[in-house]
Amino acid sequence: MRIRFDKLGIVIALIAACGVFFSAFAVLKPNRILQGQAKTILEALPAWAGWGLLVLLAVATAIALFRMSPWLKLTAAAAALAALTIAIGYAASFLTPAGNSYARVSPASGFWILLFAFALLAADALTRLQPPPWMRVLFLAITGGGIALLLISGSWDGLSIMKEYGGRADVFWIEAGKHVTLALGSLFAAVLAGLPLGILCHRVTWLRTGVLNTLNLVQTIPSIALFGILIGPLAWIAATVPGAAALGIRGIGAAPAFVALFLYSLLPVVANTVVGLAGVPPEANDAARGIGMTDRQRLFQVEFPLALPVILTAIRIVLVQNIGMATIAALIGGGGFGVFVFQGIGQTAMDLVLLGAVPTVALAFAAAVMLDALIEANSRVPNGVSAA
Amino acid sequence: MIEIDAITKRYDENTVVDNVSMVIEPRTVTVVVGTSGSGKTTLLRMINRLVEPTEGMIRLDGEDNRAIPGHELRRRIGYAIQGHGLFPHRTVAQNIATVPGLLGWEKSRIDAKVEELLTLFQLDAKTFGPRYPHELSGGQQQRVGVARALAAEPNVLLMDEPFGALDPIIRAKAQEDLLAIQRHFGTTIVLVTHDMNEAFHLADKIAVMDKGRVLQYGPPVELVRAPAAPFVETLIGDTERPFRLLAIAKAGAAAEPGDADGEPIHEDRSQQEALADLLWSGRNALPVISATGVPMGRVTLEALLKHAARPQ
Ligand SMILES: Nc1ncnc2c1ncn2[C@@H]1O[C@H](COP(=O)(O)OP(=O)(O)OP(=O)(O)O)[C@@H](O)[C@H]1O
Ligand SMILES: [Mg+2]
Repeated sequence: MRIRFDKLGIVIALIAACGVFFSAFAVLKPNRILQGQAKTILEALPAWAGWGLLVLLAVATAIALFRMSPWLKLTAAAAALAALTIAIGYAASFLTPAGNSYARVSPASGFWILLFAFALLAADALTRLQPPPWMRVLFLAITGGGIALLLISGSWDGLSIMKEYGGRADVFWIEAGKHVTLALGSLFAAVLAGLPLGILCHRVTWLRTGVLNTLNLVQTIPSIALFGILIGPLAWIAATVPGAAALGIRGIGAAPAFVALFLYSLLPVVANTVVGLAGVPPEANDAARGIGMTDRQRLFQVEFPLALPVILTAIRIVLVQNIGMATIAALIGGGGFGVFVFQGIGQTAMDLVLLGAVPTVALAFAAAVMLDALIEANSRVPNGVSAA
Repeated sequence: MIEIDAITKRYDENTVVDNVSMVIEPRTVTVVVGTSGSGKTTLLRMINRLVEPTEGMIRLDGEDNRAIPGHELRRRIGYAIQGHGLFPHRTVAQNIATVPGLLGWEKSRIDAKVEELLTLFQLDAKTFGPRYPHELSGGQQQRVGVARALAAEPNVLLMDEPFGALDPIIRAKAQEDLLAIQRHFGTTIVLVTHDMNEAFHLADKIAVMDKGRVLQYGPPVELVRAPAAPFVETLIGDTERPFRLLAIAKAGAAAEPGDADGEPIHEDRSQQEALADLLWSGRNALPVISATGVPMGRVTLEALLKHAARPQ
């Protein structure tokens, strides 16, 4: 049997080698702010666990390096990722001196590099397997379940990020709720307003350029500037419109953040609705009229279903974008995970920054996977649209 | 009955259909022929008001076709568009079920209709019903397009080059099926085609269009015997004329008393087929039998030659 190398596998092996040999696995700090001591895998873990992890990583790297079945590669990647996440938690409890509640252990660059290398392997294997949409959601659920299990079991409790969480668990969930409400709420509002606007732009040609150019312009305004612009009008509304203040409309806080996210979301939704509707085959439209559909029936039974994959793509873009951008809302008192990020930056406590950043990234990733699956499930006719 | 009364369609200064008047009798097949861009599709689409005429009026069974909303009119008129125009996001069965669905038929009735039509067009309902249009061949797509137009059992059926993408064998079969359906339901069919053989085979009357005008409108025989314009003559073709005459006449019409040997021919086959039989078998006469198998005499080469000769 001829042994053949996998090109991406070589890259993954190099990255993994970098992570093992040239970077530290964990950092032990005397307290949450001071610089710490870097520890390699063998220093950070008891000998059996350290060597065990190294052997497992070596095997997974070897599987990555050669051309083999994607299922095997996926299994290797999953095993390596699971081992890494368990090991970092174990390292934390191993390194922390007994009875010292100030000392902090956090993942170091080597851990993140290794995590990246095997995530790359997993992503590559998944691309080759081309799992159906439901299976991708299943993989996501398994990953989420695994992480939840680690969290509940307490095996990460020694990690600094969990210590940061431990101190502010109540606030964390409140801010999480605000973050999701902000991201999803503004998306929902944007879809509610953007779809009819997109349909209108599709039907009325002269409206199209004007609306799209305006929305394009809004998109180019930096978020901080947009918050600033909104403070005036919203404060004025709160002061003059009866009941507005009671609804939570104020110059600062969640209201301007919501409005800003809504405005940013509008362009992708409107633009993709227009593009999607324009992409409906003219024959299908003609046939719809020819067999006696009313304009409304044609819109809902022919144009809309055919444009749906393109519109869903916009919703995916907007959702991921909003989950990320909602972080900025904390700057003007809008809440969300950004609260931890900005507090952390203020206190130069990187672990606190991570407490805000990691859930944001995880949320955006999960949203992207789920919407991709939804889009694929809705485009059963991959070539049909253009071939018809 | 479709009465087209001095209908004209202009796009800006461009007259696409020019003062066309014709009466289409109920339960007949009218075929519209003409060069590309002569206005055939536009004329057809004015009947179901996909195109609104600039001048003139069209009456269906005496009623102005503008008397009811356009979409209601179109639900009553079957329309098979040029190129199949199937909905890519709906299965074959769902495509065919569209108009009955719009009309609010019961599900069981719709299902039965879909199955009946698929079977009629030689598409196995179990195999093809759940497929999407892009999973069909071009010819299968076209047949589904025609089936969709027929689903609500319309009195009037408009067909724009419905068999363009079919191979000769399937095309001949589809034409037979169409004639059978037409006889069965008594449908009034207006069909556009570029294929003169198809026109002569299907038509009770042919309308020849050129530059937006109808040059001649009459039974096929009349077009061959008395072409109204040089263009009509060109369209039929000098070398085709005698064969066209034979193609549209039935063998039974040339039968005369007498005996002949060999394989008999059915009275409703065309005289062209009778001639081909005679030439191929090297005989001078063929026995003719009626549809029920009763002998009707014979067809002679001489009689056929007389039928094919230029009318005096
Ligand atoms: N919506 C329109 N606007 C402007 N001109 C049009 C429009 N529709 C058709 N025409 C013009 O009208 C003329 C007749 O078109 P039509 O589609 O009726 O021709 P046709 O006889 O069906 O041709 P073909 O055999 O190629 O299908 C063409 O010159 C075409 O360019
Ligand atoms: Mg045409």
